[in-house]
Amino acid sequence: MRITLDIWRQKNPRDPGRFERFEVPNVNEHMSFLEMLDVLNQQLVSEGKEPVAFDSDCREGICGMCGFLINGEAHGPLRNATVCQTHMRHFKDGDVLRLEPWRASAFPVLRDLIVDRSALDRIIAAGGYTSTRAGSAAEANQILIPKPSADKAMEAAACIGCGACVASCPNAAAALFTGAKIAHLGHLPQGQPERMGRAIAMTSQAHAEGFGHCTTIGECEAVCPAGIKLEVISRMNKDFIKATLGGYANEVQTLAALPPSAAMRFFEAEPPKKEP
Amino acid sequence: MSTSVSPVSAPRATRLGALWNSAVGKKALMAVTGIVLFLFVLVHMIGNLQVFQGAAKINHYAELLRISPPFLWFTRIVLLVAVFVHALAGIELWMERQRARPVGYQDYRPVVSSTASRTMIWSGLLILLFVVYHLLDLTIGVVNPRFEHGQVYANLVASLSRAVGAAIYLVAMIGLGFHLWHGLYSMFQSLGLSNRGISPTIQKFAIGFAVLLTLGFSAVPLAVILGLVG
Repeated sequence: MRITLDIWRQKNPRDPGRFERFEVPNVNEHMSFLEMLDVLNQQLVSEGKEPVAFDSDCREGICGMCGFLINGEAHGPLRNATVCQTHMRHFKDGDVLRLEPWRASAFPVLRDLIVDRSALDRIIAAGGYTSTRAGSAAEANQILIPKPSADKAMEAAACIGCGACVASCPNAAAALFTGAKIAHLGHLPQGQPERMGRAIAMTSQAHAEGFGHCTTIGECEAVCPAGIKLEVISRMNKDFIKATLGGYANEVQTLAALPPSAAMRFFEAEPPKKEP
Repeated sequence: MSTSVSPVSAPRATRLGALWNSAVGKKALMAVTGIVLFLFVLVHMIGNLQVFQGAAKINHYAELLRISPPFLWFTRIVLLVAVFVHALAGIELWMERQRARPVGYQDYRPVVSSTASRTMIWSGLLILLFVVYHLLDLTIGVVNPRFEHGQVYANLVASLSRAVGAAIYLVAMIGLGFHLWHGLYSMFQSLGLSNRGISPTIQKFAIGFAVLLTLGFSAVPLAVILGLVG
């Protein structure tokens, strides 16, 4: 099959960027989407051109590295799947596909389809931990966890942090991500000591990183490759309201100083180049 | 990827202030004020239907509402505060949204979201403008063709028998329907009261009341246009 691609090309975070059109004439329908891009890149390299930069690692939908919009849908048309799990048989011969990176002020584009998602890491750093007794190891089954709680915690823990929820949200909110992280720890007995502070710390961090707010439109749930449910946001809101009205806000140390990721620091340290 | 973070002590805030300063808290305040405003429009709609029982009935009802000035002013102040908080939070969050995605998508396809859910700011602003017009029309009377204080029935017939007057009311009520369609659903989520089990029921509740209120309010201008009331 023959596929035409309109791909976002951007040299670095400062480059304004533009779409560039590529033809991939010999696409096998059994190729994964990323394998099709590998073919394109090989073609570009053999022509002496710059290959298209995109993130990928496991290529089986469990690492959360890949992701961009295909024709306006995060991770493309296949539901409950990442871009790497999407195969070319989901498209038709002669399709024109527009590939666009996640767009949010908290996700600066580093190059082409690669964005810096370290803001999500900082949300986890702000409150995604539990107190644990160090030293002599406790018996593993000492703390009993009811099966429904374990199931819900496991379901929320399926979040791979790919950022599709942010990308598909008209407000660029990280509510589904943050809600999943809070629900994953909050459903377990081990997560209770920090539960109130965690809701404030992680939502404040998301706010400080420049993510928007949740308006419950449900696009995030629809495109989430890990099947995270919208109810994690409701749970996060409940924990947050309880914690704030309970007066926990002043006890939480918010991580307002936001060190940019190594990749972004490189560009911020370098003075802007003058256009010739 | 850097995950190192240095703690910074945030300025101390009151509990209500902490709610207002956060996006989640602002949404919670919007939900609470939204409930107040929903209950108001519901009672308002039921009250309006007395138009169909004749001029004497609705004029008497209007008198009844004003029987105690302290109660009247208490209600007015509660509603004003609710509108102010709801609108200000909505506008501030909408402005934050512009900052959260300064570069938009060339191509964006909504997968599941309703039109109502993606246009809340616009339906909200439409309702706000309408409320101003509505007060000038039927409470203060300056834009009403022949306003007479206390003559509710005659005033509304005068306003709604003009095509433009009726059109303003009908368009605004469709806007209200859109706003409630999503707002009545979303407020449960904002307050943390939604989950996968109850969510479909909440959706039905929201759609039901949105349709009921739109039809209930629209009945009056439609009846005036069709000559059933006048």
